[in-house]
Amino acid sequence: MNTYQSIRDALSHALVRDDTAVIFGEDVAFGGVFRCTMGLAEEFGRERVFNTPLSEQGIVGFGIGIAAMGHTSIAEIQFADYIYPAFDQIVNEAAKFRYRSGGQYHVGGLTIRTPTMSVGHGGLYHSQSPEGFFMGAAGVKVVIPRSPIQAKGLLLASIRDPNPVIFMEPKILYRSAVEQVPIDDFELPIGRADVLIAGSDLTLLTWGTPLYHCETALHMLASPPPQVSRHVPESLRGAKVELIDLRTILPWDVETVVESVNRTGRLVIVHEAGLTAGAGAEIAATVQKKCFLKLDAPVKRITGWDTPVPLQYEKFYIPDAIRILDGIVETLIY
Amino acid sequence: MLRQGLAAVKSRACLPCRRWLASAASEKHGHLPSSQSPITSKLKFFKSVTEDGGQIPTYRVLDGVGKVIDGAEVPEIDQAFARKIYENMVLLPTLDTLLYNVQRQGKISFYMTAYGEEATIIGSAAALANDDEVLGQYREAGVLLWRGFGLDNIMAQCVGNEEDTSGKGRQMPVHFGSPKHHFLTISSPLATQIPQAAGVAYAISRSPRRGKNCAAVYFGEGAASEGDFHAGMLFASTIPSPTLFIARNNGFAISTPANEQYHGDGIAARGPGYGVWTVRVDGNDVLAVLGAVREARKRCIEEGRGVLVEAMTYRVGHHSTSDDSFAYRSRSEVEDKKRIDNPITRFRLFMESRGWWSSDEEEVLRARLKKDVLEAFKRAEGLPRNELKELFTDVYGGEEPWNIKEQREELAGLLKKYGDSWEPWKNELARFKRKGQDILQKTD
Ligand SMILES: Cc1ncc(C[n+]2csc(CCOP(=O)(O)OP(=O)(O)O)c2C)c(N)n1
Ligand SMILES: [Mg+2]
Repeated sequence: MNTYQSIRDALSHALVRDDTAVIFGEDVAFGGVFRCTMGLAEEFGRERVFNTPLSEQGIVGFGIGIAAMGHTSIAEIQFADYIYPAFDQIVNEAAKFRYRSGGQYHVGGLTIRTPTMSVGHGGLYHSQSPEGFFMGAAGVKVVIPRSPIQAKGLLLASIRDPNPVIFMEPKILYRSAVEQVPIDDFELPIGRADVLIAGSDLTLLTWGTPLYHCETALHMLASPPPQVSRHVPESLRGAKVELIDLRTILPWDVETVVESVNRTGRLVIVHEAGLTAGAGAEIAATVQKKCFLKLDAPVKRITGWDTPVPLQYEKFYIPDAIRILDGIVETLIY
Repeated sequence: MLRQGLAAVKSRACLPCRRWLASAASEKHGHLPSSQSPITSKLKFFKSVTEDGGQIPTYRVLDGVGKVIDGAEVPEIDQAFARKIYENMVLLPTLDTLLYNVQRQGKISFYMTAYGEEATIIGSAAALANDDEVLGQYREAGVLLWRGFGLDNIMAQCVGNEEDTSGKGRQMPVHFGSPKHHFLTISSPLATQIPQAAGVAYAISRSPRRGKNCAAVYFGEGAASEGDFHAGMLFASTIPSPTLFIARNNGFAISTPANEQYHGDGIAARGPGYGVWTVRVDGNDVLAVLGAVREARKRCIEEGRGVLVEAMTYRVGHHSTSDDSFAYRSRSEVEDKKRIDNPITRFRLFMESRGWWSSDEEEVLRARLKKDVLEAFKRAEGLPRNELKELFTDVYGGEEPWNIKEQREELAGLLKKYGDSWEPWKNELARFKRKGQDILQKTD
């Protein structure tokens, strides 16, 4: 299965297991513009899988109402770039529903799925990574999967988590990544990072699409292609880099990250959103405090620039393998 | 006695008071103290804006074969103006076909056609003054063609070359903009332009252009579901702002049929709720669109408030090059629409009936437009992109903040190191004017 199919599979499990579950959003009935809800309306009926009018504030507000009645609402925002009309509903409402009612009400049944990150030709409004904007919204969780298996397990866990979750799906992975996804109903833990490669010299932390650039960069570090080899000192090629997929951005797995950095003494964070106040800023500040005496180099952030995402310039905007390689080398020789 | 007295008062009273007195006389319970709402003892609900509860009618001038329908008046139009309208109506799909095809060949990243909506777009453009400010959604390139933006500018934006003044290659194709043509730059997030249009109109009403211009805002029936639509209508009506709302009701918002966007009578039914003049027009009848938008514009400017036009049309093409509409509508539905209600044919038949157009001219026109469009594309395709340094410009005006400067320098450092060895960058740099040298020099 690729990612859009595994998400469809997860949604189908959610509908089967839970009669109160409904799925809705713009163009969801015909399968969604990324095909993640394909066939669900036919299979489960239009009462459970339906189109909404074109209004993101409406979609999230409606989803909050459903969840407040103890039902499961799975809302789709067509692109993460278009989540902002719902910002008020998410930050002021979904995030604060439980707190402001003294725990009497909550909207834990709400999950907001939305495609995120760049594809290389999306420009300003089809490339954004807005996860950082929600880091201050205590009360919601933010989850970003990296692959079909992860998407299925994390989505089912998000739907069943007792809190509202924004589930951001890296859209380039819908069709590109393929895995043997177990067909049964399973969950992966929210709030837990995943150590993909163990290492002792540097911690490389990321989530979503850039993970694949990180893997490429690590290959290049170990055996640099001839054109760039002069920039990779021989002595560093055997460096053991620990690669971590953060998976949950809020609340993030401070334990795993801090434990890793305390061992490696070096941290490089990669994300596509711009540098200033991106999720990396929060992580860097916390690591700096918790690992201060163990750090051998400043925490490095390799990110998009503090500009909108510009179409024709995207190759020089997105943190790609060469920038990550360079950042790893710089941090190792610091 | 009393009756006579009342009659005397009535005859001298101003118009609104007279209306009130008339109703007060017939409505024996009076009215609410704070408004003109008459008190009634009948419990009556309503959900229609027409008196008989039926649908809002659609204004039409030409029938399907270009004949003026009974009782319709042809808006003022001469041969030269009619030909200009017609030529632009034909240019639009000619341009669309080329750009759609070159997108399929991977030469541009994206495209959206306006097939089927030529009458709505060109007819409304023709009804506006060329210096009315236009805020479009994305399917209104025809307004720019009408205003003489030119094919070179269209192509420059779509290929994102160094001549792209719309956005320096930063935005996806069809995101045009030109202050010279009074056309604000297109933004992908839907409906954001609608309340902005009210602000544009308010500013116009406080400038030397007062009473001469309006702000015309285009949006789809899908976008009209956004909160921003309602905010825009509300602001343009409560804060007097000459805003002309042009809803393109083309039946679809990507896959979602229009009847899933509203339970009421389309977009037009919302106008009276905001107290604005409203009309529904056959959007495939260019003369009806011309006449309706002219009159709407007149009221808009005279009264200095919002006016709403709902143009009923049909999206013949796919939503965009990312869409295959046959996943949600049948080919035969589209073919039928194309055949039965083609806005270009309708107008051509009208022109021919007046002796304003001939089949020879048709042939010459089509050949010329095709050639113009192809040449413009070929030329644009051969030009390099803007300079790479434009990645970092225009974020702010005035002094460049430190973070932007630092990041530009960081990229320059990386390019120095890897620009001629890292293949993906090397190939990409070659496509920019000055091949990235500008960024290196700026830092030296
Ligand atoms: C705020 C926002 N939400 C969703 C989208 C994605 N989107 C782009 S076009 C479109 C449909 C718009 O339909 P309509 O307004 O009827 O215009 P049409 O395409 O028919 O001309 C959608 C949902 C968007 N661009 N912005
Ligand atoms: Mg539409």
